[in-house]
Amino acid sequence: MSDKNHANGAAPDGVNPDQDLNAQNLPGQRGDHGEVIGVRRGMFGADSGGDTSGYGRLVRTVRLPGASSRPYGGPPGREPYFDEVADELEGALEEQDLLPENAIEKTVVDRGDLTFHIAREHLVRVARTLRDDPALRFELCTGVSAVHFPGDKGRELHAVYHLRSITHNRLVRLEVTAPDSDPHIPSLVEVYPTNDWHEREAYDFFGLIFDGHPALTRIMMPDDWQGFPQRKDYPLGGIPVEYKGAQIPAPDQRRSYH
Amino acid sequence: MSTSQAPHASQAEERETTEGKVYTVTGGDWDEVAQAAAQADDERIIVNMGPQHPSTHGVLRLILEIDGETVTEARCGIGYLHTGIEKNLEYRTWTQGTTFVTRMDYLTPFFNETAYCMAVEKLLGIQDDVPDRANVIRVLMMELNRISSHLVALATGGMELGATTIMIYGFRDRELVLDLYELITGLRMNHAYIRPGGLAQDLPPGAVDAVRAFVKTMRKNLPEYDALATGNPIFKARLKDVGHLDLAGCMALGATGPVLRSAGLPHDLRKSDPYCGYENYDFEVATADSCDSYGRFLIRLEEMRQSLRIVEQCLDRLEPGPVMVGDKKIAWPAQLALGPDGLGNSLDHIKKIMGTSMEALIHHFKLVTEGFRVPPGQTYAAVESPKGELGVHAVSDGGTRPYRVHFRDPSFTNLQAMAAMCEGGQVADVIVAVASLDPVMGGVDR
Repeated sequence: MSDKNHANGAAPDGVNPDQDLNAQNLPGQRGDHGEVIGVRRGMFGADSGGDTSGYGRLVRTVRLPGASSRPYGGPPGREPYFDEVADELEGALEEQDLLPENAIEKTVVDRGDLTFHIAREHLVRVARTLRDDPALRFELCTGVSAVHFPGDKGRELHAVYHLRSITHNRLVRLEVTAPDSDPHIPSLVEVYPTNDWHEREAYDFFGLIFDGHPALTRIMMPDDWQGFPQRKDYPLGGIPVEYKGAQIPAPDQRRSYH
Repeated sequence: MSTSQAPHASQAEERETTEGKVYTVTGGDWDEVAQAAAQADDERIIVNMGPQHPSTHGVLRLILEIDGETVTEARCGIGYLHTGIEKNLEYRTWTQGTTFVTRMDYLTPFFNETAYCMAVEKLLGIQDDVPDRANVIRVLMMELNRISSHLVALATGGMELGATTIMIYGFRDRELVLDLYELITGLRMNHAYIRPGGLAQDLPPGAVDAVRAFVKTMRKNLPEYDALATGNPIFKARLKDVGHLDLAGCMALGATGPVLRSAGLPHDLRKSDPYCGYENYDFEVATADSCDSYGRFLIRLEEMRQSLRIVEQCLDRLEPGPVMVGDKKIAWPAQLALGPDGLGNSLDHIKKIMGTSMEALIHHFKLVTEGFRVPPGQTYAAVESPKGELGVHAVSDGGTRPYRVHFRDPSFTNLQAMAAMCEGGQVADVIVAVASLDPVMGGVDR
């Protein structure tokens, strides 16, 4: 990569902008594995004010762990069970005439956790299978946690479910995505009634609409609140504070490392 | 609109218009309607209880539909204590996060801190590097915290029944635990004592003796609750068979902790998915098979006894050693010390960075202002808090600040069971059922 590209802040297509191919003694890179969800420029959150540090030209690609291949293994210090869960789930889906590769977009094993990325139209079927199949038996859902990735184009909103099997003492994670333009995900309340409030919370903070939820209303914020506060495009808010004659900006306006 | 069956249609004036038949309903007949409504034996009324009511356990609003003394429908209104902690975390470093999460469920600060720090450590891949001494002290603090949380549950639950003696006793004993927190962390609440990688500081001199003295006092005081409440016929009459939720209901509604264990299932993350070395401690999981508030009360009492056992084992297991990981890129360099005005940098460390080592000063400055970077990814860490499964879903994008942290607070989830426990029961039993769930609104609303 030439210096010119750096100066423009643009990387040619297909080239990893944070990998200097000519460098000899760089630490091991993650390479192109994983999913790019954004590119970060500079060292500090705010770009106002002259940057004299030289760090302003830093370009860093943000990559989440990508799909894993078999064997999946298991959590550290435990009997490995990820392959067994994946086999049982795929088998159970096939029995229902659903091709596993259509329902499960990918399987990620990272930091001792097993994650199934599920196509949203099949979420309810997969969850019901995970709950009811005797070999799976994930009886307890610990709710839904939403994450907003504005840089993950077409899959901006992620809904993450953690399912616990008390019978088999196992834990899996389901991840479902929806674009900002169509923030709909089927509701899991009919399978896991506990998700009632959790889905209302995710709707309240992220604007995710859970189709089939019995009463999807705001739960934390006032009913007439505008906007969805935990989305990344929603500012933290706050007012500048004066300290010894100087104005200290609000935390989200402040120059800080990121 | 069907007109022939409409009440009083024959008395109402009617005329044909281009839009169809229009009735003009005026005067007289409304008195009849009002009278009929007044005479009906339908006593259905909606009562708002809270959000500021001494018996609702914090700023919880209960919306009850009442038929006489019977609750026919019950719903919760929450959100009055929402402070946006999860959003705020995204604008602070990973280490600063502990000062926020400790304020969520303010009665179980050490559980919030430990769950959060375990998630950060899992993301960093250093969960096995946390020193033994740090883990033993984490367990020690968590079990002391379980005692203080359960004491508040008993105390406020008793107060809500009108049993003020239990309240006085509960808060008296909780004060002893808070004194220990103050001795060890410098603060009675909101400690930020457990940090990613270990602890803010080691136990101060005299702490072990103080904890031993506390265990001795507590062993003496715990039977008083039995004497006051366990066999008390009035107390039993109020709690027995109230707030019923069976195992199927618990699983469907995601209820964990004493609520689940009162349905007879000995599910406890300390046993099933041990963390911080819980597999090395000898303790029993308390259960009951009554599915009611009385069973939950007995479980809380028993868990306090078991916690005392674990605390004693912690004291025996304490070996000298570090309380923070060795990685200087994660561990704050300062050995913090307890000064007369609270926790701060130790004088020795300030002497070193200001007087002798400029590099140490730079390193300290960078680590405190910039923090450490956490590799991208997500994780879930859960602990068994006094209320149930406290889970943390943490997402990093490789930066110095959390990208997203979500707390699955057990109070939030358990409170959903309120309707199932209360509908069809008496109004007075709603208070008992909510108290047996022990929701803390700081955790529910976050």
